[in-house]
Amino acid sequence: MSLLTEKKLLMGNEAIALGAIETGVQVVTGYPGTPSTEALETIIRYADRCGIYTEWSSNEKVALETAIGAAYSGAKALVTMKQVGLNVASDPLMSLSYIGIKGALVLLVADDPGPHSSQTEQDTRVFGHFANIPVLDPATPQEAYELTKLAFELSHEFEIPVILRTTTRVSHSSGDVEVAVTEPALVESVDEGFVKDRRWTIFPRLTAERHPWLESVQDQLSERFSELSFNSVSGSGKIGIIASGVSALYVREAVETVRSFEELFTLFRVGTVYPFPEKAVLSFLKGIDRLIVAEELDPYLEEQVLQLIGRAHLSVEVYGKKNGFFPVSGEYNVDLVIDGINLALEACGESLRLSHALPTISGEKLPPLPVRAPTLCAGCMHRTVFYAFKQAAKQLKKESQADTIFSGDIGCYTLGNAYPLNMVDTCLCMGAGISIAGGLFRTNPKAKHVAFIGDSTFFHSGIPAVINAVYNRADITLAVLDNRTTAMTGHQPHPGIGLTALGSASRAIKIADVVQSCGVEFVRTVDTVDEDSLESCVKAAKEAMNFKGLSVIVFKGRCAGIIKPDKYYEIKPEACTGCGFCIKELGCPALNLASDKPVIQDSCSGCGLCAQVCPSEAICLGGEKL
Amino acid sequence: MKYNILIAGVGGQGVVLASRMLALAAMKAGFHVSTAETIGMSQREGSVSSHIRIGDKISGSLIPIGQADLLLGLEPAETVRNLPFLKKGGKVLVNTHAIQPASRPPGCPEYKSAALLSFLCEYYPDILCSDFTELAEDVGTYRTANVAMLGAAVGARVLPFPESTLRAVLDAEIPERYRAVNKAAFERAMKCIRLISGT
Repeated sequence: MSLLTEKKLLMGNEAIALGAIETGVQVVTGYPGTPSTEALETIIRYADRCGIYTEWSSNEKVALETAIGAAYSGAKALVTMKQVGLNVASDPLMSLSYIGIKGALVLLVADDPGPHSSQTEQDTRVFGHFANIPVLDPATPQEAYELTKLAFELSHEFEIPVILRTTTRVSHSSGDVEVAVTEPALVESVDEGFVKDRRWTIFPRLTAERHPWLESVQDQLSERFSELSFNSVSGSGKIGIIASGVSALYVREAVETVRSFEELFTLFRVGTVYPFPEKAVLSFLKGIDRLIVAEELDPYLEEQVLQLIGRAHLSVEVYGKKNGFFPVSGEYNVDLVIDGINLALEACGESLRLSHALPTISGEKLPPLPVRAPTLCAGCMHRTVFYAFKQAAKQLKKESQADTIFSGDIGCYTLGNAYPLNMVDTCLCMGAGISIAGGLFRTNPKAKHVAFIGDSTFFHSGIPAVINAVYNRADITLAVLDNRTTAMTGHQPHPGIGLTALGSASRAIKIADVVQSCGVEFVRTVDTVDEDSLESCVKAAKEAMNFKGLSVIVFKGRCAGIIKPDKYYEIKPEACTGCGFCIKELGCPALNLASDKPVIQDSCSGCGLCAQVCPSEAICLGGEKL
Repeated sequence: MKYNILIAGVGGQGVVLASRMLALAAMKAGFHVSTAETIGMSQREGSVSSHIRIGDKISGSLIPIGQADLLLGLEPAETVRNLPFLKKGGKVLVNTHAIQPASRPPGCPEYKSAALLSFLCEYYPDILCSDFTELAEDVGTYRTANVAMLGAAVGARVLPFPESTLRAVLDAEIPERYRAVNKAAFERAMKCIRLISGT
């Protein structure tokens, strides 16, 4: 390996990708999910040159299983996903820990404290503990790069999958990273390949045989981790602080403001969080009498140290989440860590306090500010479909007094929940909308039930729910919002596009064909791009909602984030009455109330929906966009 | 050395690109750098910000309250929203071009940008403001308002690295077909700020 290094500005996810490539990763799979997506996207850019097999899989479970097959054959494999993706992949993962692997298998799992772009604030450190899978927890892009390489080494040596767990502020943070200067070279081919052996076939007896091995690996790894420099101690004070991931940097910055902080505090940074490096932590605990635990999400480190303190009969007072010194949820930052440490210092009778910087103005003194909620883009096809269903539901309410319940799903179209559309009554996890609508139908049989799902989500986990609805005769309507991309995560291809991750041609699977073959009797395909699309969308929606049984409409359109608009609309001031109906009904970001009358801004991408709803016919095609 | 820059704006204004340019320039100048960006759901017309931390040491990517040396506001309301990050004596550069939210749910305050701008000018007498969106539109396209703001920061002499370093980064990073228009916006904004501030 080359000893030459160079500095690059890398996002954490890019650093992980380069670390994996440097290790000689041969197979990489994943499903897009914020904040994990850029890791696989970066590897895709090197895939051809280096001969790395790379795919966007249909979901995380499939991605992991594909990587497992490769690792069974001796390959170095990487699979990428966000934290909720690990829930989807948990079935193969839980079994795999007993079987183990031959080559190397690393899972990049990105957590999202906050959360910024997720349904949950789950903690993958705890998941690793539950699954008996080692977890590494980098704090910076540089560490992410180095721990990726370590993850592959450990996985190969111990024949066990390893989780590289990041958080948003590592995955989506950019920093200067010292990387090896290597020419992207062709990866080695997997020489031996798959060797038939009973160890690859899980069976109750095999599981019973392997379980003691799995437990012994945990002990061996805990021993090894105690020697690694990624777990480091600094300072010599009697007050200990333990932290992992980016929280460790916040702790450092918080205490650095105090003069001679090294004599007051001893900091323990945990880089390899599971199995817990007990030996190293124990010797750290023996040198302190009070311990502050600063960690985002679950009190994982806190529970580990409490257990260790109990087992070793140490007298160390612990200040963490469990006794109210730190918030139990949300993303941390330096200020919040300062507050937690100060509370703990007060409780243990210290006079020292860490100080915050003084802002020019505090948050409470700011004048009222506009609320800027995330919104569907100007020209988004989802807006047309949501609005059409809103009209159809209103008409049905008039005609038959039936209420309609709208079940949403995960993707850009979750934003259909926002004012003024208000078209998402339930949303839970990928693919859940269809089955939840089925359950709502059983308990609210008089209401109409509509589920919305995006194209990528349909392939991810919508199909079993469609089959169930047909099989168990649910009377619901499914609207597939087919904008021909995985939009929210940055436009990755999926099985319906006809392109692979690397852009080569593949067979495009038609959603209408899939639902037809599942036995759905009512299947329509409706274009949302036409200038009078609203009328045809409303008509199709009503027909579908009146159909007894599962009805499916595949709405076809183009993602406004991809297309280059070729036309725009404008408002004729002489015809506009200034009623503001277009703005109040649609919430399109291209529409703006400038003075007394709305105007259409440059961001218009020419969908024409506003022209179709204007009661005064004051909106017309403005011209072509160059 | 420690220098924190916060860029605030609305999804789609190019905050991430501006942040990357500053980070690359800081790195080129020999500093450690760490940035935090808003990526994902909020990018869709939501409030976005980038934290850029430049210095001799590596730190977490989020700027603590009251520690930003420079606030580059691409939009008036977003500038005000992020004021608590600004340290005493910190510099503020504002694009006066307001972006109205796509919709105003019942009970949300109306957005009066003029009131927010006068609040800013009253509170921060040495604030530098101009309509950088209009300025960018004048030399090509409103989309380069982000790069115009970088030019303005150079004009105000508030960046911790030489002007030439940032110029070299822009030359290397901006694809050729967009380079001329971005450069024009950069130059115009730089001159505009020099004129206003007399630097």
